[in-house]
Amino acid sequence: MKIKAISIIFVILFAVWLILNNSVSIEYLISGAAIALLISFGFCKECAVFNDLRITPKAFIYTFIFLSVFLWELIKANFVMAKTVLSPSLPINPGIVRADTTLKSKMARLILANAITLTPGTFTIDIIGDTLYIHCVNVNIDDTEEYGKQAVRKFEKYLEVIYG
Amino acid sequence: MEHLKIAGAIITLIGSLFVLFAAIGLLRMPDIYNRIQAGTKASTLGSILTLLGIGLYHPDWLLKIMLLIVFIVISNPVSSHVLGRAAHFAGILPSEKTHTNKLKEDTLETPTTKEEKK
Repeated sequence: MKIKAISIIFVILFAVWLILNNSVSIEYLISGAAIALLISFGFCKECAVFNDLRITPKAFIYTFIFLSVFLWELIKANFVMAKTVLSPSLPINPGIVRADTTLKSKMARLILANAITLTPGTFTIDIIGDTLYIHCVNVNIDDTEEYGKQAVRKFEKYLEVIYG
Repeated sequence: MEHLKIAGAIITLIGSLFVLFAAIGLLRMPDIYNRIQAGTKASTLGSILTLLGIGLYHPDWLLKIMLLIVFIVISNPVSSHVLGRAAHFAGILPSEKTHTNKLKEDTLETPTTKEEKK
C-alpha cells in the first residue's frame, strides 16, 4: 500500500513542477524527478492519505462526473447567494442541521465536507464521529433532517465509488 | 487574438462582480456563520473567474493559473470551515433568526459551562 501512496504523490509533485517551470527540457525533467522522488520517499513513509483511492476506469469516470456536478453546484451557489444578498428583504432562514455520512475514508470525508461548503446555502462547521454539522442559510424548520441528508447524498454517491 | 483578450476582460469583470457580491454579503448578513457562507462561495467563483480571465488575456500563463485555481478550490472551503468551527467553540452564538442549532445541542459543554461559571 505504501508504494501506491508514494507513486501518487510523486506524480502530483512532478506534474506541479513541470507546470511551474513551463518547460520539458532534459535538465528540468531529471532534476524534477529527483526532487519529487526524494520528497515522496522522505515524507510518505507513514502517510495514508491516498490509501483508499481506487485506480480503476470506473473511478476515473466517477471523478469526472463528480467534478462536473461540483462545478455546476458552485456556479448555482453563487447565483443563489447573489440573489439572497441583493434582495432588499434579505430572505434567510438559517439553521445548523445534522447529517450522517456512510463514508469511512478520511480523504473522502474531507472532500465531502469541502464540496458541501461550496454548494448552495450549506457550509460544514464540524465533523464529530460519523456526523456532519451543516449550517444552512435557508432551511425550513420542519425538514432539517431531510435537508442535511440531501446535501450529503448529492456527493456521497460519487465519492463512495471513488474511495470505497 | 483580439477576441481572446476581450473575452478575458469580460470574464475578469464578471469575476470581480462576484467578489463585490461577497463584500455586500459580508456587510448585510446578520451573524458570523452567514457571513462565512456569503464570503466563501462568492469569493471562490469570483477569484476563479478573475484568474481565468487573466489566463485568457495572457495565454502563456494559462497552465500556471489552472494550478492557482486548484489551490484556491482546495484551501478556501478549509479556511471557512476552520473559522466557523473556531467561532462555535469560542462561544459565539448564531443570530436570533437561526431556528435550529443541532451542533449546540450535541456539544453542550462549551456555551453552557461558560454561563454556569458566571
